[in-house]
Amino acid sequence: MASLSACGQEYLQSTINPVTDYGEATHRLYVQVFWWTMLILAVVWALLAFILIRFREKPGQGRPKPVHGHMGLEIAWTLLPALIVVAIVIPTIQAVFQIQRPPEGDVLVVEVTGKRYWWSFHFPELGVTTANELHLPVGRPVSLRLESGDVIHSFWVPQIGGKRDVNPVVMVPEGREPKRNWMHFTIKEEGVFWGQCAEFCGEAHSLMGIRVVAQSEEEFQAWVDDWKTPAPTAAAPQVEESGGPGTPTSVSGSTSAGGGSPAQQDSPAGMAPPEDPLVARGRDVFFRESYCVLCHAIEGTPAAGIIGPNLTRFGGRTTLAAGMLPNTEENLIAWITDPRGVKPGAQMPGAQYTVTYEGQTFPPLNLNDEQIRALAAYLSSMR
Amino acid sequence: MSEATTAAKANSSVHEDAVGLWSWITTVDHKRIGIMYFLTSFFFLFVGGFEALLIRIQLMRPENAFISAETYNQMFTMHGTTMVFLVAMPMAVAFFNYLVPLQIGARDVAFPRLNALSYWIFLFGGLYLNSSFLFGAAPNTSWVGYANLTSLQFTPGRNVEFWIIGLSILGVSSILGGVNFITTIINLRAPGMKLMRMPLFSWMTLVTSFLLITALPVIAVALIILGFDRFFGANFFEVTAGGDPILWQHLFWLFGHPEVYILILPAFGIISDVIPTFSKKPLFGYPVVVYAGILIGFIGWGVWSHHMFTVGLGPIADSFFVASTMIIAIPTGIKIFNWLATMWGGALRFPTPMLFAVGLVAVFTVGGLSGVMHASAPVDLQQHDSYFVVAHFHYVLVGGALMGLFSGVYFWFPKVTGRMMNETIGKWHFWTTLIGFNLTFFPMHFSGLFGMPRRTWTYLAELNLETWNQLSTVGAFIFGAASLLLMWNLFYSWRKGEKASANPWGAATLEWSLPSPPRHYNFPALPTVRSREPLWDDTERQEVEAVTHAEPAEEPHMPSPSFWPVVLAFGVALTWILLMTHTWWMPLLGLALVAVAVFGWAFQPAYR
Repeated sequence: MASLSACGQEYLQSTINPVTDYGEATHRLYVQVFWWTMLILAVVWALLAFILIRFREKPGQGRPKPVHGHMGLEIAWTLLPALIVVAIVIPTIQAVFQIQRPPEGDVLVVEVTGKRYWWSFHFPELGVTTANELHLPVGRPVSLRLESGDVIHSFWVPQIGGKRDVNPVVMVPEGREPKRNWMHFTIKEEGVFWGQCAEFCGEAHSLMGIRVVAQSEEEFQAWVDDWKTPAPTAAAPQVEESGGPGTPTSVSGSTSAGGGSPAQQDSPAGMAPPEDPLVARGRDVFFRESYCVLCHAIEGTPAAGIIGPNLTRFGGRTTLAAGMLPNTEENLIAWITDPRGVKPGAQMPGAQYTVTYEGQTFPPLNLNDEQIRALAAYLSSMR
Repeated sequence: MSEATTAAKANSSVHEDAVGLWSWITTVDHKRIGIMYFLTSFFFLFVGGFEALLIRIQLMRPENAFISAETYNQMFTMHGTTMVFLVAMPMAVAFFNYLVPLQIGARDVAFPRLNALSYWIFLFGGLYLNSSFLFGAAPNTSWVGYANLTSLQFTPGRNVEFWIIGLSILGVSSILGGVNFITTIINLRAPGMKLMRMPLFSWMTLVTSFLLITALPVIAVALIILGFDRFFGANFFEVTAGGDPILWQHLFWLFGHPEVYILILPAFGIISDVIPTFSKKPLFGYPVVVYAGILIGFIGWGVWSHHMFTVGLGPIADSFFVASTMIIAIPTGIKIFNWLATMWGGALRFPTPMLFAVGLVAVFTVGGLSGVMHASAPVDLQQHDSYFVVAHFHYVLVGGALMGLFSGVYFWFPKVTGRMMNETIGKWHFWTTLIGFNLTFFPMHFSGLFGMPRRTWTYLAELNLETWNQLSTVGAFIFGAASLLLMWNLFYSWRKGEKASANPWGAATLEWSLPSPPRHYNFPALPTVRSREPLWDDTERQEVEAVTHAEPAEEPHMPSPSFWPVVLAFGVALTWILLMTHTWWMPLLGLALVAVAVFGWAFQPAYR
């Protein structure tokens, strides 16, 4: 859905339509190099065409004069290309240094972690963690710190700029900073920019998508605030934040029994319209009936898993399965039921099958259709 | 082995070649080995082509599921691995084998049995690598096999083991071949055949052979330490134990870039012989073209990290590799300008070999120039690992290497078989190849620029990449059909082609002074060479032909056939393959066979 908000651009992953200072710097260079190469190509092809027409053998023609070489010509076609090379190398090296220079000022740092086959985005100064859809403010310098949780990936959102490999962090002697790659840019216009992993990382490499949602400062701030306030349905209504994972069961019982109006009595903070019983049931599934919390986190609830994507405000995302599908309840049900059927190689256990992840075997989620429907309703409710 | 049979054998060998399957299995004749190399690599060309077509069908539509993601990953891995190691390299080696002794005036290569050994190891390695399909475990981590994806943790199963062992076996073959051709060219040139009088193809063979013996050990090291990680739990690339996966990339590309020149220089050599022939002019700037080739070979060692601009090596390393990579464009350009200058003022004829040679000049230039684009590191950050790069290296390796090899096939076919290839089918083959090739790969520039990463099983419909991919798919089928024309032409011309004279093209170099096909001993006696174009000077030609067309005065001193190379090759391959059992003593069985074969080899007289 949100993909369509990028309307007007035919190619959502176009490399020649940059929206950041970084992308523009490389694009300017590309245009320059492009015309140099076109010039050379035109010369070579024109010469070749001329030769092929002009010097065809004519009837009765004898052996042509055996010319063995010409020093002047050899020097000419060594030096001329050498000069063009210099003309390309100088701006290239300038750009090499320019794009790798860390920005100054009020820099927003994002710790990007690539994992098979999804992305985690953590804003250390904001305390926000999300997955696959990276919200960023327009006009503020951003530095992405890239790190892999498993194999090598590559972060590539073409309109933001060129890709940078997302390497696993190699051990270093104590006292030294481990080496990580960075990507620096300032986004110049709002929009949703598409990208994906660009280093072959395994079976589902082709479906490891990225969305960058570039917003105005205010919208971005609102998104952050939203993230930090638990979604009304995230945790059970009357349970305060201190509530342990054990309590929700009783709640789901009471809400579903009550139907429409009784929910009001449960909302001392004045926040909740009556809760959908299916959502409450889904929450129960999430926390009690399967082991979702082992891998997933939801802000404002006891769920704090870090193996899988953070699901805070999951319903507010436009896509699921790392940019692969529109985030509809129907797709979500299909995904939870059979992740590998939807996305071959996905590392989430299926409702009825086991996966082995990093050498560890995860049993089936063991959910029936009714439970999955409820779970999808719960996750989607957290907008 | 009575004296009578020996004598009869010796006698017959002067007048006719031995016949029958066994004579081919035990042959040490460089020409027969060359033919076997060609046929084997030609077979693998169709295997790799078939894999390419499956890839193209899968990508014809977005979100397609014609083949599964896992199958797709095996297909693109095996397509790349096959085309590089089982097609382009051995097909060039086929030409080395057949032509180098004929071009430099030698009776055979320096080590004929070693030559047979190279072939058989290559054959066994290629068959073994492809046997992985029978187990559903074809390599699936791409032809560059980046660590740490190749670790046991992230790619369990036998796929990577097939790849490690298969490439190790093939590497042995290539190194042996390199040693053989260097020795041959340095030591076995006919009187007067100074290095600077050698045909360009032999020159490029020499440069390529040096690259083979220096680059292949690097990948061998990489494969072996990767094997240690997987088989014995070493931690060279294991991050959690202090290893570094980036090390693999350095090792791989330190091999991988010279490898690119291993693939392209033979083609440059071929067309440097073809273009003068059909221009009726000597090669323009011969020494410059030679030096440019040598220079490419040298600088080719200093550019590997241009495959790694996205890795994050820092601006200083990036800048160095930008500069070195740009520099290597200069000698490449020099070659192109010298080919143009060779044709300038010539009397150009366009039979099929010349069409492919000119096609190479036109098409390779596109690949060379897109290479200049991503030599600019910041530009490469967008293009790297996208279809733009796929377009680039297919322009270089298909438009360059393969077109050059095809040119060579049409050029030397009459020498090898004594028959001309059919020109009508040849022209159809050329034009359909040119159209199919460009239609396949030119649109990839656009799919890349519009954001399609390579090695992706599928792409989302919203990316609007369908049209470009469909064009590529149509082109690929035209290209595939064109290659069937070549197959038909080879078969048809071999059976029914017009008889060829000794020098049907009016070429200048020594191999054309021999009858077509040459006798098994090549030269009845060694001719004396006085120039670079011995057959273009009437007096020199008569002198040379007086020698090369004569009957040998006495029985030529030729190496005897041996079945030990095939046994030893099998032992070498078996030793590697038995590693798959993960039982420490199993490879010893292979080594035992190696020992037996080496013993038998050593004690069998090399000459009758």
